[in-house]
Amino acid sequence: MTVNQKNILSVRDMEREEIDRLLSAAAEFDRGNGTGHELDGKILAVLFFEPSTRTRMSFSSAMMRLGGKILNLGSVEATSIAKGETLSDTIRVVSGYADAIVLRHPKEGAARLASEVATVPVINGGDGAGQHPSQTLLDLYTIRESMPLSNIDIGLQGDLRYGRTVHSLAFALSKYNNVRIHTIAPEGLDFPASLKADLSELGVELICHDAVEECLPELDVLYVTRLQRERFPDPVAFDSYASTYRITPELLEIAKPNMIVLHPLPRVDEIDPRVDSLPCAKYFEQAHNGVPVRMAMLNEVMKS
Amino acid sequence: MTKPEKTLMISPIQHGTVIDHITPGQGLTVISILGIARGTSETVTVACNVESSHGGRKDLVKIANRELVKEEVDKIALVAPDATISIIRDYQVVDKKLVETPDIISGVITCPNPNCITNTKEPVPTIFAAHSRGFRCRYCDTVISREHDIGNYI
Repeated sequence: MTVNQKNILSVRDMEREEIDRLLSAAAEFDRGNGTGHELDGKILAVLFFEPSTRTRMSFSSAMMRLGGKILNLGSVEATSIAKGETLSDTIRVVSGYADAIVLRHPKEGAARLASEVATVPVINGGDGAGQHPSQTLLDLYTIRESMPLSNIDIGLQGDLRYGRTVHSLAFALSKYNNVRIHTIAPEGLDFPASLKADLSELGVELICHDAVEECLPELDVLYVTRLQRERFPDPVAFDSYASTYRITPELLEIAKPNMIVLHPLPRVDEIDPRVDSLPCAKYFEQAHNGVPVRMAMLNEVMKS
Repeated sequence: MTKPEKTLMISPIQHGTVIDHITPGQGLTVISILGIARGTSETVTVACNVESSHGGRKDLVKIANRELVKEEVDKIALVAPDATISIIRDYQVVDKKLVETPDIISGVITCPNPNCITNTKEPVPTIFAAHSRGFRCRYCDTVISREHDIGNYI
């Protein structure tokens, strides 16, 4: 790592002021106030060791909208990684080819390791069940477009044990005042005990519910995540649970008029498609917000 | 009946280091942490479950002809927070100190998270930072709490 190398690895590392600055920069890009030439002549290496649609494409789109170019890893099978090269060596080599690296990797901590050996900035595009800061920032951005980030009640529903997006989001929200987090998860898929302890130490009010109806009238934001059959403690019970956890227009009748529904996508059956046309459905807007938010991140780490 | 004369179970050393008041059962882990478990030229004596003058039991390690430095002995605090370190010269204690838990522990603890990048072929030592509940992995944020037996991860 070089002196003054700016990385974005985890929301744990970020101060609230830094988050707010990035979200404000994203808002400027979103409103068309960029020049389109901020990163002229710069190259972003996109190293994705795992499949991805939204993250990979929106980082690429963001780089192009800033005037920069993309260097793709391509399929892992066709690279030196397949020959047994370590991630450390790959990163050292790619540091010489690009002005920044965005990395997605199946192992937790891969982005931090990459940042230690890289000579250019590293952005974490998701590492295993660990951190995914660009997703968290676009989640915050989407909420902030509808309401202030302080004094809100947010419901997190679905697989809260393995879902990295909800872990990062909970951490990020802990930096804002008077945020109450309501969790709605099947038994065995609630937040890990260590995360609960961390959030508790940070002063976050955490309230567990068995069903979303228990807290829905209080919520300002309902953040739904996918339940994965293979992670369900009792696969036989999956189908009945999945139907119980489904968000429908009828269920949303008890929600506040201004409540918004978010989902990191892809969804399966957690949200009824009839919800898509309701004003509260913000999940496609949330996905689109990935571009201005990632423009802000790329500009932050690569600007002179 | 006369009370039997109290004798030393372990001979004193002329020069070296005595690590006393080790948590019972952790003596072998201590020499593992010190890196002297796998072959050493020094004479190493380990006593387990000996009676402590403070009451109860303790483990004890003596290393002849080697004076441990602070960075080495502080790692011992992970498994033996009450241990004392005495430096011996000519059978005399010339320095005695308590161990202190270090803020950063590098290359000693194995991360219990099998999906952590440190549990791969990457040439990177584990780094754990002291945390309110134990020690946190720098890479994957996994916390080994003080309630766990940290010796299992060394």
